[in-house]
Amino acid sequence: MSLSTAPAPVSGADRIAMVRARALAIRRSAFTMVHDAGLGHPGGDFSAADILATLYFGVMRYDTKEPRHPDRDRFIMSKGHCTGAFYSVLAQAGFFPEADLKTYMKPLSKLNGHPNRNYLPGIETNTGPLGHGLPVAVGIAIAGKLSAKDYRTFVLTGDGELQEGSNWEAAMAASHHKLNRLTVIVDRNRLQQGADPASRDKPLCVIANTIKGKGVSFMEDNVSWHHGVPNAEQFAQAMKELI
Amino acid sequence: MSAATHSASRPNEGLYDCRDAFSKTLEALAEANDRVVAVVNDSVGSSKLGGFKKRWPERLVNVGIAEQNMVGVGAGLANGGRIPFVSCASCFLTGRALEQVKADVAYSNTNVKLCGQSPGIGYGELGPTHHSIEDLAWLRPLANLLVIVPSDPWETEQAMCFAAAYEGPVFIRVSRYPVPALQHKLDRIEPGKAEVMRGGDDVAILANGVMLHKALQAADVLAEQGVSARVVNMAWMNPLDIEAIIDAAGTGAVVTVEEASVRGGLGGAVAETLALHRPVPMEMLGFPGFAPTGTVDFLFDYFGLSAAGISSAALKAISRKG
Ligand SMILES: Cc1ncc(C[n+]2csc(CCOP(=O)(O)OP(=O)(O)O)c2C)c(N)n1
Ligand SMILES: [Mg+2]
Repeated sequence: MSLSTAPAPVSGADRIAMVRARALAIRRSAFTMVHDAGLGHPGGDFSAADILATLYFGVMRYDTKEPRHPDRDRFIMSKGHCTGAFYSVLAQAGFFPEADLKTYMKPLSKLNGHPNRNYLPGIETNTGPLGHGLPVAVGIAIAGKLSAKDYRTFVLTGDGELQEGSNWEAAMAASHHKLNRLTVIVDRNRLQQGADPASRDKPLCVIANTIKGKGVSFMEDNVSWHHGVPNAEQFAQAMKELI
Repeated sequence: MSAATHSASRPNEGLYDCRDAFSKTLEALAEANDRVVAVVNDSVGSSKLGGFKKRWPERLVNVGIAEQNMVGVGAGLANGGRIPFVSCASCFLTGRALEQVKADVAYSNTNVKLCGQSPGIGYGELGPTHHSIEDLAWLRPLANLLVIVPSDPWETEQAMCFAAAYEGPVFIRVSRYPVPALQHKLDRIEPGKAEVMRGGDDVAILANGVMLHKALQAADVLAEQGVSARVVNMAWMNPLDIEAIIDAAGTGAVVTVEEASVRGGLGGAVAETLALHRPVPMEMLGFPGFAPTGTVDFLFDYFGLSAAGISSAALKAISRKG
């Protein structure tokens, strides 16, 4: 059985356009979920959307039919509060039906406010408390080395999240173990609340300079949208801008 | 400080978020004593400390999203003569920083006041990572650490004032779930003293925190069925009121109700006491494990933490009397 990014990568410019369209769809979907649930973290959903679209539709290898395939690339959403974007990308990639997004945070829903691997396919570890993703990713990458597998491990952390000391303990371990198949992406939206992997003998950290609330004029760079919920008017305005 | 007068702080109507009593009392304490400082983890808003920050920016230490450091810094501030109120979501304060709480605060016996915000399942749909149903079981065995679970704004204010005056480590649960102001029988809280909120002989319901008012509602339901239920406020998890528990067993049936895991918290403490001193049939209400997705009210009802659920547990305990 073969692992592939879904859909199969196309050539340069088309690929970028496709990823952009996906990112937009993630934002629209996430904002709808937050609006309907009356709860969520749209600011960080929006800054993460391009990163998630790039990983799931341009970089990572996975099989939605066999989500725990031993050779899959792993992604850990360490900024686990941004489930609006994370669930949206998983659904778009085909891990579960997009219709399920409507149950976001509803009683007994599998779409909890923070991701739960025992509820949904495509989730590697339960996150929500900040600073848990990188240590787990280091373990996954060490396991890959031990069993001579070539899967890659990606972690997305918030920039505020880096204040947790566990990240730095994990960073030292990643470097010590020369985890060249591990990539940390920091969603550097400045608010809290590409190298060639073959030539590296160290883990890689990509600092993604992002904008919290990206794509909607009144949300960009505005910390009140960390966990802001739109009213009807704001929702309509945002949907107009997200096209 | 001059504590707010009894009646003013105990209005009879409406529902209250105990965080308001927390932040108001902390400001009053800080005004009266400049040794009082606050320590937070990027949680100024969720701890309702915006007002404190405005008035005493230099006395609010925000360590960022770094809870282990936060508790260690609190212990250091105490060493330097300050009275630190360390305020943080209870799940992270007690879970993430448990070893700091144990070694730097409880074992070192430092004058740190730990304020666990939005405990229990206060974060509802955000799920078990943000729920703090394990905190009572984790903290209860820690020697030196006083553990208080206030039921309403008055008791929250009392716990804060007590903590400020007391020399030593204290943990206070500060709930966000809206609760009524209760008619307390005590004029002030006293360490390790339970409060009989309502007399009764057929069964005793032992509760604390936001479950206390639900236990009182259950007693009303039971009264309509001719069952006389005693309701005891077990705000103090440490020290525990052993006498009050043994007295409760005198009714012949005991029910514990807590916004916490059924293992190791109030239910555990009462079961240990009854087993040692006076075994009687007992029912424990709380959370059996990680909660599914749902709002706070949904989850309370789902797990029988309601007047209906508590009263039927009481009837079950009574039916098991020998
Ligand atoms: C251990 C822990 N402490 C505190 C929180 C509360 N919290 C949730 S999101 C957040 C801000 C995160 O900021 P950042 O990492 O920059 O994420 P982003 O801006 O991408 O949303 C905080 C403090 C938490 N989830 N976990
Ligand atoms: Mg950020």
